[in-house]
Amino acid sequence: MTKDKRELARRQDKAPIATAWDYAPAPEARDIVKIQERYGLFIGGKFVEPASGERYTTIDPAREEPLAEVAQAGKADVDRAVRAARDAFANGWSALRPSERAKYLFRIARLLQERSREFAVLESINGGKPIRESRDVDVPLAAAHFFYYAGWADKLEYAFPNRKPRPVGVAGQIIPWNFPLLMLAWKIAPALAAGNTVVLKPAETTPLSALLFCDVLRQAELPPGVVNIVTGDGRAGAELVSHPDVNKIAFTGSTEVGKAIQKTLAGTGKRLTLELGGKAANIIFDDAPLDQAVEGIVNGIYFNQGHVCCAGSRLLVEESIYETVIAKLKRRMATLRVGDPLDKNTDVGAINSKQQLDKISALVQSGVDEGAEIYQPPCKLPERGYWFVPTVFTNVAQSYRIAQEEIFGPVLSVLTFRTPDEAIEKANNTPYGLSAGVWTEKGSRILAMAQRLRAGVVWANTYNRFDPAAPFGGYKESGFGREGGRHGLEPYVVLDDA
Amino acid sequence: MATAPVLPGGFELPLEPRLPRLGSVDAVALEERAASLATRSIKREAKLFALDLAIRMMDLTTLEGADTPGKVAALSSKGIRPDPSDPNIPSVAAICVYPNLVPYAVQRTKGTSVKVAAVATAFPSGQSSLEVKLLETREVIEAGAHEVDMVINRGAFLSGRYAEVYDEVVRVKEVCAGRAHLKVILETGELGTYDNVRRASLLAIAGGADFIKTSTGKLPTSATLPVQLCMLEVIRDVHEETGRVVGMKAAGGIRQSKQAVQFLVQVHETLGLAWLTPDRYRLGASTLLNDVLMQIRKERTGRYQNPDYFTVD
Repeated sequence: MTKDKRELARRQDKAPIATAWDYAPAPEARDIVKIQERYGLFIGGKFVEPASGERYTTIDPAREEPLAEVAQAGKADVDRAVRAARDAFANGWSALRPSERAKYLFRIARLLQERSREFAVLESINGGKPIRESRDVDVPLAAAHFFYYAGWADKLEYAFPNRKPRPVGVAGQIIPWNFPLLMLAWKIAPALAAGNTVVLKPAETTPLSALLFCDVLRQAELPPGVVNIVTGDGRAGAELVSHPDVNKIAFTGSTEVGKAIQKTLAGTGKRLTLELGGKAANIIFDDAPLDQAVEGIVNGIYFNQGHVCCAGSRLLVEESIYETVIAKLKRRMATLRVGDPLDKNTDVGAINSKQQLDKISALVQSGVDEGAEIYQPPCKLPERGYWFVPTVFTNVAQSYRIAQEEIFGPVLSVLTFRTPDEAIEKANNTPYGLSAGVWTEKGSRILAMAQRLRAGVVWANTYNRFDPAAPFGGYKESGFGREGGRHGLEPYVVLDDA
Repeated sequence: MATAPVLPGGFELPLEPRLPRLGSVDAVALEERAASLATRSIKREAKLFALDLAIRMMDLTTLEGADTPGKVAALSSKGIRPDPSDPNIPSVAAICVYPNLVPYAVQRTKGTSVKVAAVATAFPSGQSSLEVKLLETREVIEAGAHEVDMVINRGAFLSGRYAEVYDEVVRVKEVCAGRAHLKVILETGELGTYDNVRRASLLAIAGGADFIKTSTGKLPTSATLPVQLCMLEVIRDVHEETGRVVGMKAAGGIRQSKQAVQFLVQVHETLGLAWLTPDRYRLGASTLLNDVLMQIRKERTGRYQNPDYFTVD
């Protein structure tokens, strides 16, 4: 052996054995988006100071650092916004040629795509969700919704054959903090396509993407007053709901608030759609493609830190594969990367607010107290910010709070079943009925299950998949009315006989 | 655990070691997962780690009709010392050649850590008699090959004669046993579905494969990320069910460092660190090496160097 070759052999022998492959941080740049120090209310096409004079601070939940001062709209502010919307409705927008309305919507969609990085970063900074999701899911889907409803704007007669659709008027829309921009798109796109004008209130904790959206409206040269954005907490929402000149309320949020809204609106003649909580069953049969089903379980509950109304928070596993599925699930959970939402490798980001973190912690504690078995993978959480380790509970009884109440966090409860009938019974045994998942290789079983599951959306061999063409909405305490698809136009049109 | 050993229809597998249930693969979800893992952003030290690994785990390959002793000798030298100007660059894992060229590769790599792998069993089509396949295997081992890359009988597989596929692997394994490592090429580009990839993987493993390998590199569709993921999941199931360790080799179509890193990330996140060693994972490639060398130098210096500074062999 030559000296060189011996040297090489030596080097090869001493090749260090890797003990870890830590991915270096890969953060998306924050400075692509410019956050102002303070924001007013977007009314009549421009930012105005709140008459209330009240402001609050919106924060970055991953760093617990203030981002901006945001206006708290009061009664006078909401009234001003509704009047601006009424004015825009009466003086132009509702009479505009539908193909012209479509042009604005197409423009908005394209601008969202062009500025997608800005929106993705802002959504992650203000909401805590991983950039991978805001970049690959939230923002592209928001743009897709505008594209989709832009297409309907001049074809409404075809959406409702033999009827003559006309707009409802001014729509008051209140959206949650889990998908701020996407929920805005779900609400605004069909409303404008059908010729309505809008007053939208983003969630208290996540107003920034809606405020950046105002700049998109400016670029699109949308006529003033067609879309108005009022920020603030529940008080602003309540003012909007009770305003006498609003024709329709669309609300996405908690069941508790949804019920209160319905009470307020009773007898007023205002239209209402509600998209509320959920406690969805994700049902795994023994013939399911197991590794993919495990991905579906993970995507079902840990997507967006579990802040998803249709999250698959109750896992129903056929007993014969229970141990295999749980072993696979636990191993997969250990590979979830929890941390900086702006890191491109992060799978699970920050909890949206302190309040939500407290709620999750309390419910998890109740699960432990009631006797469920808890598993959390080893996980190093950042020191600052609001975080919760992905959690799974096994040995859960249907009667435990964690199997009944919506946790809205990265917490999964596992139950078992023996027959399809039992799976249906357990899946439907909840006050909610928003969504469900079925995993099986058997097509006939998918259809049979979907027919019997009382849930607005049933996913087969996938989970948390959204498309603007697919209607979304709930049964029972998960609300009523559909968003997305042709069905999503219905709440925004009055149908006269042709 | 309630998972029974499941037998692909029409033949029987030995009950020991127990195999995981045959199971099924959902194509949409599999591809989604592979695509999502491919978005991992691997930078700086993490990238250098991966590139260094990629070289250590590389089967530097030449499989051309035009291969000559000179070409193989040059390739072997390249494999032993990929970058003469940088002593920190490791050798590749093996040189992979056609049977006739095994002696030249063996001669040139003698005394180094670099192994010689030979494709055999009527590579790439496998359309030959079992006797010919066994003979070829015997010959390459006698010529000094440390590793044998066999192809499965796709003709038999696709016409449902699984027993024949299994049998061939077993017979080739008998020839290799104790003398050479056996890598079984599934040629996934011809199998049509991920369910078939899973089934063929299980067959190969049951037959005694030390490694399962995606492709011959002779088809337009070779190693893809979803195909590798599908195979890694089989390896994982087998390991969990039986404790048996099976290696993975992705081959064909991997030309860029970026791809190599994506394949490694997938191994890392599916099978863990334990599989990130040349004993358990290989990348079969002919042109990848220089791109990896170039990327390593770029990471270290911040600049891309002219390709003329990397030897072409």
